[in-house]
Amino acid sequence: MFAAVIDQLDALMLARIQFAFVISFHIVFPAFSIGLASWLTILEFRWLKTGKPIYAEVYKHWVKIFAVVFGMGVVSGVVMSYQFGTNWAVFSDRAGNVLGPLLAYEVLTAFFLEASFLGIMLFGWGRVSKRMHFASTAIVAIGTLISGFWILSANSFMQTPQGFMVGADGLLYPTDWLKVIFNPSFPYRYAHMITAAFLSTAFVIGGIGAYYLQSKRHSEHRAHGRVMLGMAMVMAIFVAPAQVLIGDEHGLNTLEHQPAKVAAMEGIWDDETGAALRLFAIPDQKNQTNKFEVAIPYVSGLILTHSFDKEVKGLKNWAPEDQPPVIIVFWAFRIMVGIGLLMVMVGLFSIYKYFKKQQFDQNSVWFHRAWMMMMPMGFIALLSGWFVTETGRQPYTVYGVIRTAESMSPLAAQQVATTLIGFIVVYAFVFGAGTFYILRLIGQGPKPYDDPADENFYEHSVTEGQGRTLSGDTHASDKTEQHGNEDLDSPANDVDDGGLR
Amino acid sequence: MFNFGDVLDLPLIWGALIALAVFVYVLLDGFDLGCGILFPFAGSDKNRSRIMNSIAPFWDGNETWLVLGGGGLFAAFPVAYGIIMTGLYLPVIFMLFGLIMRGVAFEFRFKASSKRYVWDFFFFIGSVVAAFFQGVMLGALVQGLEASNRLYTGGPFDWLTTFSVVCGISLIIGYALLGSTWLIIKTEHKLQVWARKVSNWMLIALVLAMVVVTVFMYFSDIDALEGWFSLPGILYLAPMPIIVVALFFLMRKDLSTEREYRPFLLTVALFLMGYIGVCFAVFPYIVPYQMTLHEAAAADTSLSFMLIGAAIMLPIILSYTGYAYYTFKGKTDHEHLY
Repeated sequence: MFAAVIDQLDALMLARIQFAFVISFHIVFPAFSIGLASWLTILEFRWLKTGKPIYAEVYKHWVKIFAVVFGMGVVSGVVMSYQFGTNWAVFSDRAGNVLGPLLAYEVLTAFFLEASFLGIMLFGWGRVSKRMHFASTAIVAIGTLISGFWILSANSFMQTPQGFMVGADGLLYPTDWLKVIFNPSFPYRYAHMITAAFLSTAFVIGGIGAYYLQSKRHSEHRAHGRVMLGMAMVMAIFVAPAQVLIGDEHGLNTLEHQPAKVAAMEGIWDDETGAALRLFAIPDQKNQTNKFEVAIPYVSGLILTHSFDKEVKGLKNWAPEDQPPVIIVFWAFRIMVGIGLLMVMVGLFSIYKYFKKQQFDQNSVWFHRAWMMMMPMGFIALLSGWFVTETGRQPYTVYGVIRTAESMSPLAAQQVATTLIGFIVVYAFVFGAGTFYILRLIGQGPKPYDDPADENFYEHSVTEGQGRTLSGDTHASDKTEQHGNEDLDSPANDVDDGGLR
Repeated sequence: MFNFGDVLDLPLIWGALIALAVFVYVLLDGFDLGCGILFPFAGSDKNRSRIMNSIAPFWDGNETWLVLGGGGLFAAFPVAYGIIMTGLYLPVIFMLFGLIMRGVAFEFRFKASSKRYVWDFFFFIGSVVAAFFQGVMLGALVQGLEASNRLYTGGPFDWLTTFSVVCGISLIIGYALLGSTWLIIKTEHKLQVWARKVSNWMLIALVLAMVVVTVFMYFSDIDALEGWFSLPGILYLAPMPIIVVALFFLMRKDLSTEREYRPFLLTVALFLMGYIGVCFAVFPYIVPYQMTLHEAAAADTSLSFMLIGAAIMLPIILSYTGYAYYTFKGKTDHEHLY
């Protein structure tokens, strides 16, 4: 049966599905890392500044989650650096002159920085000074932002290419690196994505904070919940509305450079003056029209052109084979915008509760429930946004220059199908387990920080017999009780270690 | 636009830089993959924790060299990247599966309570799979890939030969030796005694594997390898077996004494010998026996732009990588008593 399904799909479609699958899984983790690293930097700063143990406790707890998230980002990211070559060899060949150096700069300026200082951030407590440790956290955070800079520059080039020429051999040749890097959509996309990463993370943190405030099992974590929810509220109140404005600017930029994408986002087929906002519609690409349309006149035109009488170009300006798959773009855009507006509303709710001084009140059940329900929403919006921009770029890989259909490696459908199934199985297992462990860490909650005088509270050390991992967990002894703790005091006891012959 | 193409042989420089990145990767991830390969044989759960702890702060940085190798190949030789990745499609993806399994095991092992053995198993099997397929890819590359018109034209299983499997097994052994000599540095007492014993066996196995691989190459019909076994190539390569034999005996001696650092360094030297042999066989090709470095190179403007970044960043990267290793120097034990 499965083979029959495979036969229906050609190698190209399978390769596209594979790329969409591995990149969608991947992007969640770097986005979460970007948000968490910056937040942890602020937490550690506040701890150093105030000396209040509560910040250290929250840091200590979240750095474990960060380690799991970052680890999953690394392994799914290594896959990405090979995916271009394995499945998209022709694209790599033709666009390599331009995109290759951008990715090389990402590795050189960001990946090594993050990886090296992550080790110090996670294990360095007690080995480096507090300042150095704080610096390591900050460097990891800066590394995530630099990494985002290059990868979004590369992606934006694929959306709005400039600063290159096409050679007689069909290859792209760079002519102006500044134009390539700072291509027209890059500043908007970078701002939009980093803000999205911050917001998505803030809503996870705030949701968990609200959970700690409400849950009876977590009565000892109320204070931590206050820190988390309080900081997340700041983001919802100020950054969520800012994101709406940034998104609007990004949309105007897209209208200028990729009008077909905007037409698909809005479900506009014919040129329309005072374009209507389609609240609901089922775009029908075959007949080049919408079904079941519910629309408000003028609103779309007002948003897109900031006027009542300017024209918005419809999809029919492009031949059907040059149009993106409208239904995906149309609905992904609605999901993203809907969640964005929900975030703003939660922000308004937060302002109201703040002025009533009830934001941490046990009785604010619905307020806290709203925050809890928002927990996964940021990431759903983030993925939807990427579906809009990537699907909206179709049928091109480099917009207007290289078609997706001509980008693929010479592979048989069976090969791509086999590895796609492999990726689905491995990712489901690995990321399922990762999510499970993150949820369990959240369920455990922060641990009390008993001795503020103890510089080494963090207990991050690689050089101990007791198992410690990236996240500084000390559970290694869970299953090794027979060894107990006593032999840590006396290394000579190692001789009694069983099992070695 | 800056272009150093007139004054510098950019493809050659980038070929050398990528070769260097791959070699650094092989050494660095080699020892932590090696630790994974030896992992189940370490006797006790506590020893396994020690082994894992000795590499936990480094594995991420180590693996970044693989990303630099892959990313660098894409950037400097895009067409070669496309051909090689398509030709080695399945081994590349199997290697990635292995790396994923072992990468997450670092985190999950200590989070799991009852399912601990699951992640121990994945850490081991992921390391073995990654090492094996890296060796297979090396073997397949030395044998050469079919390509024409800037595309891979061979079949999906061309990489699977006796020779490539032998290379895969050899690399597992080589990584195990890197891992065990790393553990001599990072452990003490009974675990260190064990690491020395393992190093001894792995050393013998590795040198045997090097002999087997060389014999295979001698009897193979790879044209390009004629350079290995005829004049003047044989003169350049003649000292290498002698050096390998010298390294072997020096290391045998070191392993029976208290020396801790030198066995690892001698292993690095052994790897260097093998690597020089491979580079000598493949040079000046980047897609073996199909495209040379110069034929496959990216535009001079691209290579120049990246060279600026590499020239500035590589020394910085090396210095903070060194700092990270320095921060976590010392034994996997008794350091707790700070």
